[in-house]
Amino acid sequence: MSADLVTGVEPPATTEGQAVEAFEPPAFLAAALLIARKDLVVELRTRTALLAALALSVLAIVIFNFAWDPTAVAAIDLAPGLLWVIFTFSGLLGLHRAFGVEQTDRAMDVLLGAPIPRGAIYTGKALGNLAFVLLVQAVSIPAALVVYNLEFARIILPLAGIAVLAAIGLVAVGTLFGAMTTSARASELLLPVLALPFFVPIVMTAAQATARLMAGRPAIESLGWLKLLAAYDLVFAVACAFAYNIIADE
Amino acid sequence: MPLVEAVALTRAFGVRRAVDKVDLAIESGECLALFGPNGAGKTTLLRLFAGLLRPTSGEARVGGVTLPGGARARATVGLISHQTMLYPALTALENLLFAARLHGVPDARDAALAALERVSMADRAETLVRDLSRGMQQRVTVARALVHRPRVLLLDEPFTGLDDAGSTTLAATLTELAEEGAALLLVTHDVREGLALATQVAVMRRGAIVLREPRLASGEPDGFVQRYRALVAS
Repeated sequence: MSADLVTGVEPPATTEGQAVEAFEPPAFLAAALLIARKDLVVELRTRTALLAALALSVLAIVIFNFAWDPTAVAAIDLAPGLLWVIFTFSGLLGLHRAFGVEQTDRAMDVLLGAPIPRGAIYTGKALGNLAFVLLVQAVSIPAALVVYNLEFARIILPLAGIAVLAAIGLVAVGTLFGAMTTSARASELLLPVLALPFFVPIVMTAAQATARLMAGRPAIESLGWLKLLAAYDLVFAVACAFAYNIIADE
Repeated sequence: MPLVEAVALTRAFGVRRAVDKVDLAIESGECLALFGPNGAGKTTLLRLFAGLLRPTSGEARVGGVTLPGGARARATVGLISHQTMLYPALTALENLLFAARLHGVPDARDAALAALERVSMADRAETLVRDLSRGMQQRVTVARALVHRPRVLLLDEPFTGLDDAGSTTLAATLTELAEEGAALLLVTHDVREGLALATQVAVMRRGAIVLREPRLASGEPDGFVQRYRALVAS
């Protein structure tokens, strides 16, 4: 068979009377990375959700700093809870956008029509969302430590570890609900309503570990919370990937 | 073996059957032009063959593989829909590269550039899609659907937004693809355009195929239009 008139590419072989052959599709992880990379390029070009999330995070940190009397309540008492409320709501902006970008001109059909497993679409979207949430955290964690005058050098690295663990769980759940709500009416409202109850165990454990870290308690005290957080991550990631396979075909 | 085949294919949304026990077969090198009024179920039928919808009952097969489960079957399908299915924030070339890599096309860049060249858009390869006119976006859409060299092309109003030159180029490309052995399922409201490309003609009404015949039996476009109107009005 000659090279294709349209693309110049040698077409895949066709055997008379047998199923039509096609090119070898990318492996699961390669497809997921392809989708994540595309999402990040789109987001960095449009900057719609990223700028909104960063602005929300930094503004919230600054506003809360002036909202309480530091002589009555110490920063380390309020900062853990505040940080995780801020991460949760700023992250939601990106989670909503991930599948929203596929809806504009039904580009989702290109993904669903590709010869890749449905799970690769979910994983790619989740990886893109994870990069988004980590980027927001990379800006807002140092900002919070500076504004609330906390021990930057002692806290920053362990807190980054907690943030990564929690981000995985938030993204696993948020990506699934983002997919489910993206074509619904009032999806911006529906996503938080559905996802926030599932965020509670993740945010609660992350906030507990953060509180102990900021209070200077021994690391062993946070270990139990971190194990629980890791378990939530595993359960949510596996369950949500399975659930996406079901909803993608409907 | 037909490249595209439906056996008692049915898709219901609630109690409404958008596609109702449709049987059809399109062989390699054939183009089936499917006509029908709005809401007849044409787009739903295309989405079933693209593997984007799960049948309620019956079977949709592409290249001998039953959909929507077969990733292999999806690999052989190219879809042009009402919408462009492009990312406005990516360039024309980036959109094609993304589609080509999802399908595992070797030398994706060369294939993408060649596809853009084919629709006379090579000089706009680095332009963001959002900066292109509707007609140019449609050309890129056509290139995107062809970049992985599909053996089955599902076309839903592919001439939308194209100017005369674009329409002529697309018609010539589709004819070439059919001559190479691709199977084409073309949904259009433009009866003349559809008849010009078709080797088979079908009319769909309320989810069912109410007429299917070889193109030669359809006669002149004017006569077919009269019959078509009578069919969809009855």
